[in-house]
Amino acid sequence: MLEHAVLQVIWWLLLGVLLIGFAVMDGFDMGVGATFRFVGRSDEERCALLASIEPVWDGNQVWFILGGGAVFAAWPVLYATSFSGLYLAMFLLLLALILRPVGFMFRNRVPDPRWRNVWDWALTVGGAVPALLFGVAFGNLFLGLPFHFDELRRPLYTGGFVGLLTPFALLSGLVSLSMLIMHGCTYAALKVGEPMALRATQVGRAAAAVFVVVFIVTGVWTSDVLVGQHLAAAALSGTVPGAAGADPRVVLYRGAWLHNFRAHPVLWLAPSGTLLAAILTWALLSIARPGLAFLSSALVQAGTILTAGIALFPFLLPSSTDPDQGLTVWNASSSARTLQLMLIAVIVFLPVVLIYTGWVFRVLRGRITLEEIRRHAGWY
Amino acid sequence: MIDATLVQLSRAQFALTALYHFLFVPLTLGLSMLLVIMESVYVMTGREVWRRMTRFWGTLFGINFAMGVATGITMEFQFGTNWAYYAHYAGDIFGVPLAIEGLMAFFLESTFVGLFFFGWERLSKVGHLMVTGLTALGSNLSALWILVANGWMQNPTGAVFNEHTMRMELSSFGQVLFNPVAQAKFVHTVAAGYVVGSVFVLAISAWYLLQRRHADIAKRSMVVAASFGLACSLSVVVLGDESGYVASDNQKMKVAAIEAEWTTQPPPAAFTLVGLPDVKARTTHGAISVPWVLGLIATRSVDEPVLGIQELVAQARPRILSGMQAWSALQRLRRDPGDPQAQQRFDAHRADLGYGLLLLRFVDDPARATAAQVDQAAWSTVPNVPVLFWCFRAMVACGFYFIALFAVAFWKSARHRLEDSRTFLRCALYSLPLPWVAAELGWVVAEYGRQPWAIDGVLPTFLGVSPVPLHEVVLSLAGFLVFYTALAAVDVYLMVRTVRAGPREAREPGPQAAHAAARS
Repeated sequence: MLEHAVLQVIWWLLLGVLLIGFAVMDGFDMGVGATFRFVGRSDEERCALLASIEPVWDGNQVWFILGGGAVFAAWPVLYATSFSGLYLAMFLLLLALILRPVGFMFRNRVPDPRWRNVWDWALTVGGAVPALLFGVAFGNLFLGLPFHFDELRRPLYTGGFVGLLTPFALLSGLVSLSMLIMHGCTYAALKVGEPMALRATQVGRAAAAVFVVVFIVTGVWTSDVLVGQHLAAAALSGTVPGAAGADPRVVLYRGAWLHNFRAHPVLWLAPSGTLLAAILTWALLSIARPGLAFLSSALVQAGTILTAGIALFPFLLPSSTDPDQGLTVWNASSSARTLQLMLIAVIVFLPVVLIYTGWVFRVLRGRITLEEIRRHAGWY
Repeated sequence: MIDATLVQLSRAQFALTALYHFLFVPLTLGLSMLLVIMESVYVMTGREVWRRMTRFWGTLFGINFAMGVATGITMEFQFGTNWAYYAHYAGDIFGVPLAIEGLMAFFLESTFVGLFFFGWERLSKVGHLMVTGLTALGSNLSALWILVANGWMQNPTGAVFNEHTMRMELSSFGQVLFNPVAQAKFVHTVAAGYVVGSVFVLAISAWYLLQRRHADIAKRSMVVAASFGLACSLSVVVLGDESGYVASDNQKMKVAAIEAEWTTQPPPAAFTLVGLPDVKARTTHGAISVPWVLGLIATRSVDEPVLGIQELVAQARPRILSGMQAWSALQRLRRDPGDPQAQQRFDAHRADLGYGLLLLRFVDDPARATAAQVDQAAWSTVPNVPVLFWCFRAMVACGFYFIALFAVAFWKSARHRLEDSRTFLRCALYSLPLPWVAAELGWVVAEYGRQPWAIDGVLPTFLGVSPVPLHEVVLSLAGFLVFYTALAAVDVYLMVRTVRAGPREAREPGPQAAHAAARS
């Protein structure tokens, strides 16, 4: 069996892979969902935009569901602490996500414009609210959440819901919202006909510009204002958060979240690469190369998640009220046996998933034009 | 001590969301298999009517599928939001099948379901059939992994408690996967899903025949539903009996409660057909019993006793006392992990820690429990007898009714006399809600019957709850109730609308056909 610490790092990387998979795949569904009411002006145009994601969004959403299952299996304490702590935020997120499957399936069943308007709004909320909330959640990781454990090791969360909506967290929400809108618009520019593609290009360029600005502001805020956490003591695999007798190990100081970048300057490639990719996406959209823009936008998704992950490492869920009880890669994982078993499952099944997903996208290749929607009137 | 109201509300929310989810899942399981059968006939015979059938039932499948996905999202996260201590305590084992379900089954189902709807003109006949088949395979594999997870809660094999991390940890994945309870539950649940799908198709087809509409599609659909449904309703009863046998080994208390068997009978035990269980007097009034049957079902023998509730409670008492020892040794180990005496004592009583935890409902420190509190905890291991007794009987009655219904339908379809009797067609139509009733009752028997345990003998349900503020759970419970009910109402409205509109007629070229014509 692999050593516990090695497995923990592998599973930290796999958590990143799942998040990136989710952002790249379901991200464009959320981006299209958040904007299709504005990019598409008539019912036909909206139908075309929705038709571009309708056959694939369900498979894409599994990245999110799998993320939940994988965190449950690999990081059970993180699963328990974060979801129970962020109770109302999770409730809102779930309601918004639930609107998507029903919105897609119900919308086209009845031609009445009022009916369609209701479900169009449902789909807009189902795209925009999660896109915003994921960023708010990440922002709160940098701020730390108020929690500790009791003697039975039950996680006790002492904050509320409104406390999550701080300026920094909302700014982070803007990072994810602009990032996913940019991503969705590059996809729409690639997959639907005119005039929607042109409008999607314009919205996508604006979103890319907003992203570059808020990404830089968030970075400066993190480096110069935010009090970050730094795990000073040597990593102890298999420890439990806040175990009896553990010395205070976490030190707090301004800019601590940049510790890993300072220690290993090569890591600066992640945030600078993210910015470059965002600018490239803007440029590629401007010269009407949506295919390349989509790939470049996918790099932005990966780079943003990587940047946040590097900054937080080894923290998974820092505690603001008792930093020593914060959850890290070293104290929040499953047993080595479970991590290894799950690793084997990922190695076996994930390539298969990627292969058949690729095949499905190949079958569905081509643009959805307004003529096609008209031909299929009553079906879409 | 843990707030009892919080526990009640969290349980109510779990039951609500799970029962709603389980309205849609069995139909997805059943219809996906029926679609595979219908489309296979289309591919083999090339007759257009089978394609129209597949697409018509496929539309209803889609409306239902969306609700299944929507209500399923909540389930994946609810163990964290509302059952945080359970998630921490069991995640090392319970999370594994959930994650594998996502990787192996849900990805498959969700990726191909899109092509099922939008791939008709982009794929060859065989290619599309393959897509339908993979969607159905994904649904069924999904059920397998979810029931492996659930089976572990009923019979927690392949795991040990780790006193340093304060949780259960995986010791053998093979035992978790090949857990006999999980296997029995999987086949029973999946077969039940097929019955739901078959009754659905049978009832709606009967309505068309009563209306004298779409007879070509309705009759063929009834033939498929009757033959598939007959096989499945027979297996659901036989396999249910198998899970009765399995349950008796692992969850003797559940069987005793289902039978309202207050005291052990001399073997072979009689099966109580009906009666009035009286919890206070711990007896069943006016019981009508069939000799031997319970002993045969539960033990597959004539000389082994089926333990009654009183005896099982008596068996729980020494385990609670031993659990108190485990608890106090654990407290000492937590202060001083190197204490060899405490370690030795904990190892001796490790298996009974869960029974010690039962006391946390009545006393803050289980090590100081009084004899009366131990007695209280021992009796708390008895689930709600009248509810289990009646739910089980109603479920089994439905099961036998389905066998009769499908047998008649099969006989009539074999003789091409489906349309002769309007009484039979009405009977088939009015049977529509029954498989859902049976499925929900089955959930109640299995999960309400697991109480007071979240994990049988390991973790009491009340202890698993998230320490979330009460008003937040009230808000989410009310929110889910209103939201789900509204969506379910829309779902039923669209189903009815689609059924009333009926399948596309062969003569009117559908937009897909028109498109194909334009292309060629």
